[in-house]
Amino acid sequence: MHTVDLRGVCCPANFVRAKLALEEFETGEEVRILLDDGEAVKNVPRSLKEEGHQLLGLKQMPEGHFVLELKSGED
Amino acid sequence: MTEQSEGPRIDLNQLKAGGFIKELGKDLFSVRLRVPGGRMPVSRLKKIVEVAEKYGGEFVHLSVRQSIELVHVDYRHISDVAEELGLVRQKIASCGARVRVPVACGGCEYNPKGLMDTQKSALEIDAKLFGTETGHHKFKVAFAGCPSDCPKSATNDIGFQGAVLPELDGETCIECGLCVKTCTVGAIVAKENEKPTFISERCIYCGDCIKVCPSGAWKARKSGYTVRIGGKWGRNPLIGTLVATFLPEDKVVDFVSAVLAWYRENSKGLGRVRLGDVMIGKGADALLRDLRQRFPDYVVETAMPPHVIDTQIGKRP
Repeated sequence: MHTVDLRGVCCPANFVRAKLALEEFETGEEVRILLDDGEAVKNVPRSLKEEGHQLLGLKQMPEGHFVLELKSGED
Repeated sequence: MTEQSEGPRIDLNQLKAGGFIKELGKDLFSVRLRVPGGRMPVSRLKKIVEVAEKYGGEFVHLSVRQSIELVHVDYRHISDVAEELGLVRQKIASCGARVRVPVACGGCEYNPKGLMDTQKSALEIDAKLFGTETGHHKFKVAFAGCPSDCPKSATNDIGFQGAVLPELDGETCIECGLCVKTCTVGAIVAKENEKPTFISERCIYCGDCIKVCPSGAWKARKSGYTVRIGGKWGRNPLIGTLVATFLPEDKVVDFVSAVLAWYRENSKGLGRVRLGDVMIGKGADALLRDLRQRFPDYVVETAMPPHVIDTQIGKRP
């Protein structure tokens, strides 16, 4: 699975970076996105859902950041 | 465009309807434009600029209640201003003891936080009730799309605030914990690896849980407006009191009309008095009883009077 690490990237740059990264993948490919706790994890999953990507899961890691798993939607 | 050689044509009825406000300078007026909800089509804005350049001053004023005000308009030109703006269907606003132009936030069409279509509601109130004489004092209406309440709805005679009651579909929940983290009022709690629990009495109906939920497990059970009545700002500010919850969009005009009718009826002989002060005098429950007859599903059980804000300047008798 591809991983896009957006830790340390603030809103809304993290969303735009995620969007650009997802454009590189085929529709239906599963992607893992690493997000900071706080505003990032509150905003980015929702925005990606609105863009048409299918969210599969979201788990907080012991280190504090979140791992969002999604299936890339159509462009 | 007609030539100005025939001399001034001044329609005094135009002045009575309000929206033309005498300035300090000799012969000069400000012209308050009617911009319900603050939404100004760009095409119309172009015409306003043209009219302002022709008849107004070096600037326009963006008023606190979302109007564009043309300044320094000579009273001999007010009919021309109204007529030329009329070409783009730009109308003049009001002043005095009338229902004013409603204020609204951007709404929910493009603002991700918006829960209700405040723009639609503002346009409807503007179309059906703008300019209605109250017989007593001004009457202000505002629409906020969500509990963030940028328009400060409770400082209006009637303030509407978009609201949504959430409910959880446990089957769809992936137990990510985002809703618990997002809910700032502690209305969603969860133990480790368990589905969240909703504590409805703590909920402020902001919908953050629905918006943040990555799996769509939080859904809207119902949405509508939280309604507060009797607010005002100015010299003796009052915060409007809660009278209804989840009022549907299609009942907004009827609700405002019913409140206006109560205000007119109960202010008889009281002179120039705002709704909130009438409520303090008569008790908020008197208004609630009246509204409950027509809107039984939405009016709250009891209400406190509008809350007096102590500005700490000037002792009240």
